[in-house]
Amino acid sequence: MATNIKPRVRMPATAKPGEIIEVKTLISHVMESGQRKDAAGKLIPRHIINKFTATFNGNEIMSVDWHPAISANPYQSFMVRATESGVFEFTWFDDDGAVYKSEHKVTVS
Amino acid sequence: MTIASDARSRRNFLKLSAVGAAALAFGVAPAAAATPEVDALISKFAEGKKVSEGRITLDLPSIAENGLVVPLNFEVESPMAADDYVKSVHFFADGNPNPQVADFTFTPMSPKAAAQLRIRLAKTQNVIALAVMSNGDVYSAKKEVKVTIGGCGG
Repeated sequence: MATNIKPRVRMPATAKPGEIIEVKTLISHVMESGQRKDAAGKLIPRHIINKFTATFNGNEIMSVDWHPAISANPYQSFMVRATESGVFEFTWFDDDGAVYKSEHKVTVS
Repeated sequence: MTIASDARSRRNFLKLSAVGAAALAFGVAPAAAATPEVDALISKFAEGKKVSEGRITLDLPSIAENGLVVPLNFEVESPMAADDYVKSVHFFADGNPNPQVADFTFTPMSPKAAAQLRIRLAKTQNVIALAVMSNGDVYSAKKEVKVTIGGCGG
């Protein structure tokens, strides 16, 4: 399943100093809850993204631990502050050990 | 009156009763928990502190047609300064097979302890938010969501 997983992030590329900007993120993922059964009545094993983090120039802004109650193709939006130009990095951690990253440069002027 | 933490000593009970009574006086139902499982989670994250009402804006639909995708917005009132910020926000769904939904960790780098996400709800139930402040204060909010089609595959 790990082949077609693609993180998408929408945020402005430029901002005024101190401006509060909204980041919208979406990642395609089945988020298999571990509660469902397949046609043969066997439980489908849990396979979710269990953690999301947002950092700015390496400093953590926020992180979330996700549980199976998060919908498929998890959407997450939140606020960040543009204090200086730099790089926002968003990271998703999969149950199977895979890590998906997305980097976004923001220029503050 | 139910109690949000499992601190059952008489003094705590009296304190909590007072808080509950105050909440009732303002016409707010106390966000005291529903199931023992959620109770245990709340007291774990509250670390024995008393749980107060308020400061959390919890935005969920009253009726969710599809339990697989229920939008959840929240904001916790806080200056988000280095010495006064929201440390973590936890969400529980008391009718889901696993009541834990999401655990947010914020830092003073966050301008607002606010976010949007989409959650799954198995059936009609309460969603409970718990916010832990940097000084250890704990706030909670609760919202009932009526679910027409459950979201656990089943």
